[in-house]
Amino acid sequence: MKSDAEIVDIARSLRRRCIMMCRGRGQGYVGQGLALADLMAILYFDEMRRDGGAELIDRLVLSTGHSAIALYSVLGELGEYTDDELATYGMDRSRIEESPLAGLPGFLVTGGSLGQGLSQAVGFAIGDRIRGSEARTFCLISDGELQEGQTWEAIMSGGHFRLGSLVLLVDNNRMQADGDTVEIMNVEPIEAKLEAFGWSTLRVDANDVPALRAALATTRAVSNRPYALVCDTVPGKGAATIEGFQRTHYVRAGDEVWANALADVQ
Amino acid sequence: MSSLSCMTGGGAERSGVRQTDIDALVARMPTMTTGITRQAPFGESLLALGRARDDVVVLSADLSKYTDLTPFRAEFPERFVQVGMAEQNMFGIAGGLAKSGFLPIAVTYGVFATRRAFDQVAMALATGKTGPAIVVAFLPGITTPFRATHQATEDLALMREIPRMVVLDPADSTEQDAALAAAARHDGPVYMRGLRGLVEQIFDPTDFEFRIGQANLLRHGPDGLIVGTGLGTSWALDAQNELARQGMSYSVLHVPTLKPIDSGAILAMASRHRTIFTVENHSTIGGLASAVSEVVTSEGLGVRVVPMGVPDAWAPAGSIDFVRSELDLTGVAIAGRIMNIAGGVESISGGIKNVVSS
Ligand SMILES: Cc1ncc(C[n+]2csc(CCOP(=O)(O)OP(=O)(O)O)c2C)c(N)n1
Ligand SMILES: [Mg+2]
Repeated sequence: MKSDAEIVDIARSLRRRCIMMCRGRGQGYVGQGLALADLMAILYFDEMRRDGGAELIDRLVLSTGHSAIALYSVLGELGEYTDDELATYGMDRSRIEESPLAGLPGFLVTGGSLGQGLSQAVGFAIGDRIRGSEARTFCLISDGELQEGQTWEAIMSGGHFRLGSLVLLVDNNRMQADGDTVEIMNVEPIEAKLEAFGWSTLRVDANDVPALRAALATTRAVSNRPYALVCDTVPGKGAATIEGFQRTHYVRAGDEVWANALADVQ
Repeated sequence: MSSLSCMTGGGAERSGVRQTDIDALVARMPTMTTGITRQAPFGESLLALGRARDDVVVLSADLSKYTDLTPFRAEFPERFVQVGMAEQNMFGIAGGLAKSGFLPIAVTYGVFATRRAFDQVAMALATGKTGPAIVVAFLPGITTPFRATHQATEDLALMREIPRMVVLDPADSTEQDAALAAAARHDGPVYMRGLRGLVEQIFDPTDFEFRIGQANLLRHGPDGLIVGTGLGTSWALDAQNELARQGMSYSVLHVPTLKPIDSGAILAMASRHRTIFTVENHSTIGGLASAVSEVVTSEGLGVRVVPMGVPDAWAPAGSIDFVRSELDLTGVAIAGRIMNIAGGVESISGGIKNVVSS
């Protein structure tokens, strides 16, 4: 098991990668990438189990397609993609698409049409139950995705089928494309709704590594209820320059901004 | 030119000369412009409509900033409904508004209006005594840097399937303005593709007329026929220019209304040509190519239809210029494909002649 300091180091490396990915074209979903770096570092370097051959037993279903940058950064850390290739993020001819389709290494589902991922995670979890597999399924969705009806159909089925192996991670950054989630279409109180649908819940500051690790550890307890972690995140976390772009779904900026952001993270 | 002359002329005896129809198309050819663009024209025309009519209610599913709704929202906040990212709910709400006498204009990306909320659009907006209701669908075809998740490449096909649904694919900002106005006058549901951001102007707005169900001849030449819709028409014009550089004069028929389609105009032009090249910013299945084929086959014309558009595969991601070139949809590529096929047309037309010589 890695120390908190080691996880923080890995998260820093992921943040650096997110910024480098956007720097080429001067644009990208950097706010989401930075906000999710701590969660990604913990999931892929601690929480998700690997077999003897170091293949993942547990899995992450990334429902929020545009947050792919966070997953790319961790896949880069794991050597699945080179930094040179990641630097082509969003460019013509690059397979490092801003919102990739299922089948690209590391991506189990197509997430860009938001609100569909949790249903597929339910499918993975049902499959594990049928097969007698011990695998756990993590599914990352955004607060915006809580507005799609299908997400609630999936939540209802997760509770109904008592999928104890399923963990929902809500990237609760309180923003969406048109503004603050609370003003666009309020999704709170998230825990009370989920509990009414048969889920266990916990809210956590997902940019606090020890707190997030403790929360994820709680979800491991064998149970017949699916678990939801409401992950409060700060877009741009870890790079003050990017945090300064408040409530910006998509960042476009000149090279100076990216250079400053990189310096913030070092 | 000589290699193509076999494509023309011979068709007239097949289905009767439609010279009067062609004359009418020529008489009302719209005036074209080039090199002009407008920023967010949809925002302006929607605002104008909102000022003219107080029954207009605009709905957004968390994309108002991205679909040029800001001017309307700012001036008419009480007639702007933000539903959050919930497209199915949005079209349901639009249905309720339509049934209670409002003119709902529900705006999102084409993929979410059609794939995500197809059933809601069909049931809430197209059944019962629904009056006017407008769906405006942005990011048509390949006008997005993302791939399948955002490229609406089958929306026209899906919408054509819904009874009563009018389906529009405007080619430029002038036509988009006029199409919105026409949709607002129409008594029934309309699906209209939208172009956001910097939009080209290819039609001169002075005296521009848009009629639902009416196609327009944009270029009149004897050597061949290209039929286009939406941005496909500007690609067709690029190809027409390229062919002109090579000494050939092609007709371009613009079909902004996919449904109800202007069969008269298509049949009139088809009667003069053995091959119709269709160009669309959409899958070659179910959209313009299919609609044109339905028209010519139901009339028994032995005309070959050659579809150009997005093939039956998920298109690549990237800039529109990149994707166009990957899909052979640049003017040069389209002209090249036309030349290849037209070069081999002699044997094909021979075969066709035998079949339809009655
Ligand atoms: C089904 C669907 N509807 C609309 C969109 C367009 N869209 C892309 S991101 C986004 C904002 C959603 O909010 P959230 O997912 O919370 O975004 P973030 O906080 O990461 O900016 C929207 C509406 C989409 N991708 N999918
Ligand atoms: Mg959000």
